Amino acid sequence: MSSRNIFATLAGIVAVGVIIGILAPLLQYLGNPGNMGICVACFERDIAGAIGIHRAAVVQYLRPEILGFVLGALAAGLIFKEFKPSGGSAPMTRFVLGMVAMIGALVFLGCPWRAALRLAGGDGNAVLGLLGLVAGVYIGTLFFRKGYNLGRSYKQSIATGLMLPGIMLGLLALRLIFPPLEGEDKSGILFYSLSGPGAAYAPLAIALAIGLGVGFLAQRSRFCTMGAIRDFILFRQTHLLAGFLALVVAAFVVNLALGQFNPGFEDQPVAHNLFFWNFFGMLVAGLAFALAGGCPGRQLFMSGEGNSDAAVFVLGMIMGAALAHNWGLASSPAGLGDNGALAAIIGLAVCLAIGFANLKRT
Amino acid sequence: MAHKVDARGLSCPQPVLLTTEAIKNTGQSEIEILVDNQASRENVGRAAESQGYQVAVSEEMDEDFRIVIRKK
Repeated sequence: MSSRNIFATLAGIVAVGVIIGILAPLLQYLGNPGNMGICVACFERDIAGAIGIHRAAVVQYLRPEILGFVLGALAAGLIFKEFKPSGGSAPMTRFVLGMVAMIGALVFLGCPWRAALRLAGGDGNAVLGLLGLVAGVYIGTLFFRKGYNLGRSYKQSIATGLMLPGIMLGLLALRLIFPPLEGEDKSGILFYSLSGPGAAYAPLAIALAIGLGVGFLAQRSRFCTMGAIRDFILFRQTHLLAGFLALVVAAFVVNLALGQFNPGFEDQPVAHNLFFWNFFGMLVAGLAFALAGGCPGRQLFMSGEGNSDAAVFVLGMIMGAALAHNWGLASSPAGLGDNGALAAIIGLAVCLAIGFANLKRT
Repeated sequence: MAHKVDARGLSCPQPVLLTTEAIKNTGQSEIEILVDNQASRENVGRAAESQGYQVAVSEEMDEDFRIVIRKK
């Protein structure tokens, strides 16, 4: 067999899916927002708010889970000699794809991880989001079949590979230096929410520990929610899909046990029930993730392995989040943002343009 | 002489895509694939197995990995 990595087996990826499926609802139980135990898009958006590059008062919190994802993957990469700094495969294109992915995700109100958790929590609107995700990834596979390719990456210095992990470490230091203060919306240079999803969070130590653990396991297993769908459509491979489905089932069971399962379409936590835009927002995000080669979680894990192209995608997502809230592109439980529909349509056009412009053979 | 696929530096799903295309288009019983990371090495091996090939060689070569797959 090609490796001794136990997490690369079917049992390994299923185990990782189950572990994430248990920990995410647990984070909700311990304080994270409803059906948002782990949401890479939402949490990067909250980080953008915490550092003040958008000022939406209800979504400002420096989420330790995200920092943990990168640093946990870095630890796994170092221990298993898979920290291999690389980069140079169309970084600007990846930045733009990250922006578009975030804008699409915020029209739906969640990344693929949260779509799964919303489904596991009984939010029927998640079905539309997941269908959109499948449709977006499917469009991505059409480009792959035609020769879409962002080109090769090359070896980079160790310092380059450590840039995003270093930023995450710096953010962690800020979170420790400037902890939330009772009744204050600012602590030192960090912004905090006094109400809304940004004010709902699990204790720092637990959130960070779970983030580190998930980052470590996901690096070993290559867990990827977009890849799960892509590999099934492209190759009829069910390896990653098994992990994704394991997450949904485990989260469903844990939600039932914790009394967090509330089936329906109305009044779901941090969600709206505009069927078409739930579908379309996630279609745009799914296509962007597919063209960039990984779901938002996987991009964080690859960043931890020293992949600066993935790191640039992450920065694009954070930039997209800032624009989404500054320009009224993000949805809310009240419905679409003022300019959300237009932004999603432009996002699709941008993805298609990137797709067609990069049809080539290596 | 085995057909060669150089998938170094290419991100997912390119290494697997190039491998399955090589299997389909060349029909060769032996194909050599170069990748530069462990995840691609696992993915290529998994894809080959599902296409009726077996991994004959999977070795580290400097910073990269060399995989040779053979028809079962």
